[in-house]
Amino acid sequence: MTQSVIEGTQISSVELKIRPARVKDTHVQDRIFWMILRFISWSMIAIMAAIFILLLKLSFTSLAKFGFGFFSGTDWNPPLDIFGALPFIYGTVLSSLLAILVAAPVSIGVALFLTQLAPKPLRTTVAFLVEMLAAIPSVVYGLWGVFILVPFMQTFVQPKLIHFLGPGSTFAALAAKLLTALVYPFILIFQVFRLNFDGWSLEQTSQMMMHFSNQIFAGPAYGVGLLTASLILAIMITPTISSISREVFASVPSQEREAALALGATRWEMIRLSVIASCKSGILGAVILGLGRALGETMAVTMVIGNRNEIKPAILAPAQSMASVIANEYNEASGLHLSSLVGIGLSLLVISLLVNSIARFTIWRVERVKK
Amino acid sequence: MKPIQGIGRGDRRRRLKNVLALGSLHLIALIAVAPLFFIFSYVIYRGVPNLNFDFFTQLPKPAGEVGGGMANAIGGSLVLVGVASLFGIPWGIAAGIYLSEYKLGFTTKALRFVTDLLTSVPSIVIGIFAYAVVVAPLKAYSALAGSFALFIIMIPIVARTTEEILKLMPQHVREAGLALGLPRWKVILRIVLPGCLSGLTTGVMLAIARISGETAPLLFTAFSNDFGFRGLTQPVASLPVQIYNYASSNDELWRAKAWTGALVLVMIVFLVNLLTRIIMKSQSSRS
Repeated sequence: MTQSVIEGTQISSVELKIRPARVKDTHVQDRIFWMILRFISWSMIAIMAAIFILLLKLSFTSLAKFGFGFFSGTDWNPPLDIFGALPFIYGTVLSSLLAILVAAPVSIGVALFLTQLAPKPLRTTVAFLVEMLAAIPSVVYGLWGVFILVPFMQTFVQPKLIHFLGPGSTFAALAAKLLTALVYPFILIFQVFRLNFDGWSLEQTSQMMMHFSNQIFAGPAYGVGLLTASLILAIMITPTISSISREVFASVPSQEREAALALGATRWEMIRLSVIASCKSGILGAVILGLGRALGETMAVTMVIGNRNEIKPAILAPAQSMASVIANEYNEASGLHLSSLVGIGLSLLVISLLVNSIARFTIWRVERVKK
Repeated sequence: MKPIQGIGRGDRRRRLKNVLALGSLHLIALIAVAPLFFIFSYVIYRGVPNLNFDFFTQLPKPAGEVGGGMANAIGGSLVLVGVASLFGIPWGIAAGIYLSEYKLGFTTKALRFVTDLLTSVPSIVIGIFAYAVVVAPLKAYSALAGSFALFIIMIPIVARTTEEILKLMPQHVREAGLALGLPRWKVILRIVLPGCLSGLTTGVMLAIARISGETAPLLFTAFSNDFGFRGLTQPVASLPVQIYNYASSNDELWRAKAWTGALVLVMIVFLVNLLTRIIMKSQSSRS
């Protein structure tokens, strides 16, 4: 007790633990109160379990029929009752990863700016503005995306991308060379063990890779598509990543930063050596948490991704994500179609819970070490 | 910082690197807040021309006809969010109290972990869950199903913010109450909660703002209609879903309405957030 008075209002967690448990509650009302609260809190676990069980039950017909083929099938054809979810898994994973690629440097940069550089009035304002990005409803992002970002991408950004990075460009040629260098050894290994790719030459491989990398930024400029969806996602997850990174950066003891400065480091060297270096796993946790947020995002993605069930290496082309296919088709679905959509929902749930657990575990471990 | 005489080329390079890196951090901060200005300015620019009294009081007109408003959606949103909050707020606060006031070691940790996981369940999955629990048995889309989905989204958020806020209350306040012989429930309900009231209010307001903007879980639970609220077992429109429907339509007038709807939604969210900041600030400066 004395310690907390000296140190201020913050109470150490050690102190909270010595609070008497329910056994010592002598009043009958206290027991009732405690039991009501316990029931309500445990409802969280019950809800979580119920979500799992119901989704499993509803998707059972589809999962039982297609088995693992549900996740590896590339054909999604409701009239023929053929359901493979790979195009959507591909769309979700690729758009989220692209979003992370854009959002992570920006968010970490903002967090560094806010914790290390910005003067106090600027700090609170910028922090508020970044957090406002998290408060804007997803459907507003979608609306803005459809009417502002999509036309902008179509007329200004995508034609340039196609011109400079598209088929026949230096970028495509370089990417093809790089990919060939990466892939060809594996093809050789496959050939040595006679698994596959019999008689493939280096020539053939590089042609194949050329074809592949020509597609990455291939046209036409639709406006909608994976890249546009990723950009919106990047804006949406920036506040998540930056607020966690900020907490991590703020927990670096000022002695460490002062030590770096005292040794003659410039401010950037101080940031690099004593802030970033000691926060690597915290940053990783923040980025994974952002990934988790991106995976489950529905409305904005549905409105700008283009809704086409294809697997293509083209990032300018329309695609479909797991959440968007549910949003688009759930109302008209029935029978096996509905069951398959719930199956996609279940996979989405499992993926995002896994990603979030990993993120939280990483962050939690960092916090524990810091203490 | 005055440059020291006689520094070598390496030092000059270090300082150049420093200037470049710090400069790019400033630039990045600018890039990060830029989308907010773009979105806000467009929502205001496109939304304000149609913002009038009719927008809040009139029912929507068929595609192509001038006039009409989103009274159905605004009323529907009020009902959906109202019913969800009616159950969600006490439910969430109770769970938050349990997490903060009763330390039971592993159980509390597990509960907190599950609560965190529940906040990270994609909202469209919550929609499927509400569909399975309410829509499928009743065989109809209903306001009840929409409220249920929003309720599920709301409780873990309220629970976690309540827990964080109650933890800020100094321990000796509780001890003082207990030392006077008060039962624990009275200490919690009469001393701890009122002491944290402004913090709790802001937490609850943020949760309400959050569920007001949810679209995905309402698409196939509350669905939509054109005539407003007609009972909890009937489908009902909501502002986000109406914005989505209008935005995906080909009608120019409807699209314009979508922007106005977005303006209303963004303003609500923005004001709640701003108000929260102000309350939090005045509270922290007082203590």
